[in-house]
Amino acid sequence: MPDHSIALAHQFDDIEQQHESAALGMWIFLATEVMFFGGMFLGYAVYRGVYHAAYAQASRHLDVLLGGINTAVLLCSSLTMALAVHAAQLGGRRTVVLFLLATMLLGSVFLGIKGLEYYHKYEERLIPGSHFEFSGPNTNHAQIFFSFYFVMTGMHALHMIVGIGIMLVMTMLTWRGNFSAEYYFPIEMSGLYWHFVDIVWVFLFPLLYLVDRS
Amino acid sequence: MPEHIVEKKTYYAVFTGLILLLAATVALAYIHLGKLNIVAALTIAFIKATLIILYFMHVRYSSRLLWIFVGAGFFWLGILFALSFSDFFTRGWLPLPTGWE
Repeated sequence: MPDHSIALAHQFDDIEQQHESAALGMWIFLATEVMFFGGMFLGYAVYRGVYHAAYAQASRHLDVLLGGINTAVLLCSSLTMALAVHAAQLGGRRTVVLFLLATMLLGSVFLGIKGLEYYHKYEERLIPGSHFEFSGPNTNHAQIFFSFYFVMTGMHALHMIVGIGIMLVMTMLTWRGNFSAEYYFPIEMSGLYWHFVDIVWVFLFPLLYLVDRS
Repeated sequence: MPEHIVEKKTYYAVFTGLILLLAATVALAYIHLGKLNIVAALTIAFIKATLIILYFMHVRYSSRLLWIFVGAGFFWLGILFALSFSDFFTRGWLPLPTGWE
């Protein structure tokens, strides 16, 4: 089994143990990511409790259509990512590359739409700072909402950019034939990261775009 | 094979569920439910996150040890929220003195 001996790192008893170690390590990293985003969600929630009226008013300035399309795009990218891992488990090379490329493409579409939304906010003078303009009695509190909006979606977008970089590396490694049906763990662990970033958006979308639409 | 391979149709079914839940969360946001709007939105978000974690992230098919690691991350998030909320949202409950006069 030449494949197997190459895949198995010498500190592990067998490939199952190696796989579980990788998954555990990845989930420890993801736990730190949960705490990282958790702090921002907490800040968002506390201010939402205090300035609910301003949040409701400011949230209506976000584009539900673009945000909804972006959510769907991201869910699609999670599907192609899951299918890439599935293909990798079966030892496919071309299919893995194709699904990874599709994932990167969808991730880029997400970032493009996000950029378009940012541009609209810039044109509407809704970027917090000295040029911020907001009609209504809650200007300062609305600025807090938009601060959270830009920081949280900005950190999320940064994670997307990192994710696309990781997928680029995975695509090249797959293309070079570094993985097999025995050893595909890096693709799977990159997938965990990608799905995690998707989960963050699953919460960001309703909390930012749908505060009070009724 | 070191791991259970999830069937493709499971992924398609989960994906369909996620898209339907996205449609549901948008639709519900436009129906006036008062304070229940945020409850509905968060419930749907939690269901979506759970689907992604269990199926796309393979946690359902993983060992008990991994379940503990996954649970620990969200448990600590729960501590962060529970203790912070119990502070911020109870500050108005007691008539505390404003300071030394």
